[in-house]
Amino acid sequence: MSEILQVKSITKKFGGLTAVNGVSFGVKEKEILSVIGPNGAGKSTLFKLISSFMKPSDGEVLFNGKRISNQAPHIVARKGVVRTFQETTIFKNMTVKQTVIVAHHLRSKANLWGYFVSTPNARNDEKHFGDSADEILEFLGLSSMANEQASNLPHGHLRALGIAMGLATNPKILLLDEPFAGMNHDETMKAVKMVRDLRKRGLTVLLVEHDMHAVMTISDRIVVLNFGTKIAEGTPEQIQKNPAVIEAYLGHEDKEIGL
Amino acid sequence: MKVKPHTESGLKTWVGLAALVLAMGLFYFGIPALIAQNPEVYSRYYTTLSGIALLSMASAGVWLTFYIGRINIGQGVFCLFGAYISGILVVNYGMNFWYSAIWAGVICSLLSFLIGLPILRLRGVYFAMVTLISTQVATLVVQNLAITKQGRSFALPPPAALTLPGTDIVVIPAFTLEGAAVGFYFAAITLMILTFLGLYRLVNSRIGQLCKSLQQNEELASSLGVNIVWLRLVAYAISCFVGGVAGAFYGAQQANLNVSLFTVQDSVNFLLYCFMGGLNYVVGPLIGTITLRLGWDQLSPTGEYQLAIYALALIILMFILPNGLMSLVEEGKKWFIRPNHRQKLQSMSAQKPVKTVAKSAAKKRPKTAAKTAPKSNKGRK
Ligand SMILES: Nc1ncnc2c1ncn2[C@@H]1O[C@H](COP(=O)(O)OP(=O)(O)OP(=O)(O)O)[C@@H](O)[C@H]1O
Ligand SMILES: [Mg+2]
Repeated sequence: MSEILQVKSITKKFGGLTAVNGVSFGVKEKEILSVIGPNGAGKSTLFKLISSFMKPSDGEVLFNGKRISNQAPHIVARKGVVRTFQETTIFKNMTVKQTVIVAHHLRSKANLWGYFVSTPNARNDEKHFGDSADEILEFLGLSSMANEQASNLPHGHLRALGIAMGLATNPKILLLDEPFAGMNHDETMKAVKMVRDLRKRGLTVLLVEHDMHAVMTISDRIVVLNFGTKIAEGTPEQIQKNPAVIEAYLGHEDKEIGL
Repeated sequence: MKVKPHTESGLKTWVGLAALVLAMGLFYFGIPALIAQNPEVYSRYYTTLSGIALLSMASAGVWLTFYIGRINIGQGVFCLFGAYISGILVVNYGMNFWYSAIWAGVICSLLSFLIGLPILRLRGVYFAMVTLISTQVATLVVQNLAITKQGRSFALPPPAALTLPGTDIVVIPAFTLEGAAVGFYFAAITLMILTFLGLYRLVNSRIGQLCKSLQQNEELASSLGVNIVWLRLVAYAISCFVGGVAGAFYGAQQANLNVSLFTVQDSVNFLLYCFMGGLNYVVGPLIGTITLRLGWDQLSPTGEYQLAIYALALIILMFILPNGLMSLVEEGKKWFIRPNHRQKLQSMSAQKPVKTVAKSAAKKRPKTAAKTAPKSNKGRK
């Protein structure tokens, strides 16, 4: 099966600290791949490298066989590699629906001048974005909050809004950084189902997550980072039994990770 | 929050249109009629008001840079350059003033690309500082060039007639020395109205939403595919275009350019007009400019105390209305709101604390659940 994304011995140094150290792996189309590891292992940094929010110190990322590292983030987003933020990053003074409408930017047919004078293309865009935003909010269960200020949303819904923004860009690969953080069990299970539905829409999903139960349920494969280095890669079952992973997570205690 | 968006926005449109018609009536007919009552005393107001109109236009440019999240204390640069570009084109190259004013805007926006590319990366106080210094640099440039006559007196003729290209049909008649003040008044208010209409359209179109996204979170906007560098440049170029055109007219109105036409003080004033008017409303800079300029003029009989009283008034105003004069509109809306709606609002704000508690509780929840208890890699060298 073809690999839609290839990460090739990528390295990121911050001064003396090597946050990501020669990490390589591939992602297949429509796969759900999780990146796990202890705090500070370099997961978020890895995502920033893939979405080109940071330039790698060494190595490269290929999307559909073509290099995307070192390109501006909005260009990489245009190609279809889009990340959501670990922190609850939102536009504070916009409503939920406005936010999602803005996020449709990559689907614009009109240019800035077109929007100013309201050409037919621009009006089409505006109608299409509105409809599509409604559909996405419906899909993510946010419809009832469409006219709420984004900053007033409760935590779990903020995460969903982050995903809604990601979806609006119509990506091929969506990188979700800790999408379940701050959710209780029920909310998490709902969100897990949502991520599965994303795959049904044809998306490839990469996620960073600390909730092991969710990770084991959702992932096709898992990549484990520790101190910036990849220490394991495999299916959830393989990872749960991997001694290096158990060591990284639990020190020397002889326990399985997970539940 | 469920205030039937349709009726609300419909009402807003009507109120806006009514305000526009009223304002146009006032500026085009009302004020000239008032002045005609006693021309000897009042006709100086033509010059005062066209100055205000042009300055409010420059402030509108500053307001737009605020809208993309940049504190711009450098509009004086483009006003000064606009005035000189137009002046040089008219005096040295014999160009018609009306074309020269457009060229002033165009050249200023080209210049803004060159300046903007490096400095628009800066944010917050850094951008503010650089733009502030740029006005000082502009002063030095004008003082050291032969073409600007070292910033000393640079006399300008009144604008010649504007004809349709290739014909003799006069669109705008030539300004006479006596009639220039009135001519500039009508030109200035027309430009002002066009500027604010354009700005209103821009802010209420999708471009406005994109600018707002930039203002609130540039990183997030660029992750959504917005070309933030380009958008910043475009907004800044529009701002500088408006500044250049306003400067060109302001200079021509004075009929004589010199380096102190726009100084650091003016750059700061534009910023103040925006603040005092209100950053949340398109007409904020207009209201701010009118109020502060007229206020300043009215204080002139106080002589040496003028600046002190003015400054004190500004400070008090800032305290009472931290969001600018236009926040009075918000207050007004609250008073005239239907009582049942007011109740609704009250019950909503009563619910709010509950929400905040829920939110902070969610935040406090440790993000790594105890079940995984990973060893932390943080703090390693
Ligand atoms: N911009 C930066 N400058 C300097 N050091 C950084 C920067 N970003 C991250 N780091 C460091 O790199 C290391 C990896 O950080 P990263 O955020 O990628 O970890 P993480 O695996 O996402 O952790 P967490 O689970 O807490 O989110 C950390 O030690 C962090 O302090
Ligand atoms: Mg992280």
